[in-house]
Amino acid sequence: MIGAYTAAALAAITAAVLMDLVVLRTGLLRTRLFWASYAIVVFFQLIVNGILTGLGIVQYDPDVIIGVRLAFAPIEDLGFGFGLVTLTLVGWTRLGRRVVASAERA
Amino acid sequence: MQHLTYLAVLLACLLGTAPLEFALQARVYGRWRRAAAAILPVAAVFVLWDYRATAAGWWWFDDRYLIGVFLGPLPLEELMFFLVIPICGLLTFEAVRRLKPRWAPAATDVQVRR
Repeated sequence: MIGAYTAAALAAITAAVLMDLVVLRTGLLRTRLFWASYAIVVFFQLIVNGILTGLGIVQYDPDVIIGVRLAFAPIEDLGFGFGLVTLTLVGWTRLGRRVVASAERA
Repeated sequence: MQHLTYLAVLLACLLGTAPLEFALQARVYGRWRRAAAAILPVAAVFVLWDYRATAAGWWWFDDRYLIGVFLGPLPLEELMFFLVIPICGLLTFEAVRRLKPRWAPAATDVQVRR
């Protein structure tokens, strides 16, 4: 039985990939811009999550996670963070396109 | 002072990325309506999940590191987390775009090409 947070992290990754490549078709995951940005974000995420979980500001029920940790934080945090940031970037990019489309019609 | 720890981590994230807005002209705060439209729907879903997960006891927060303001089971800091981290992500993304315009094909944001 997969843990609840493990399942949620996988769902967050899946949702981000589907939104980018299929639903909104922003195609960010195919760009160097996205991966370079994400590399920077994930570096700082490891520090921030390391502080939050290392100090015990946030604590996890061992039953909901798979038990693999990176810089104190459950590996699931990476999936959760990827979903949060990627979905935001996809929305931001999609909204930027719409601005141009309406300007062109005018 | 210990009660300010979680809040301080979030403020450090905002202060650390703020220079990108000006020095690299990331213009995320400058386009705050678009930023809000991108951030809020995603944040709403994650907060809802966080609310349920916290209520179910899948994770919890140590009161010693919190200012003590709660909305239901969620500390104020945890709600801020879902706004602060996406803002930092957007600022990073736009800053990298300014530094490396060739890394962004026109299809990812036509606005930049105009």
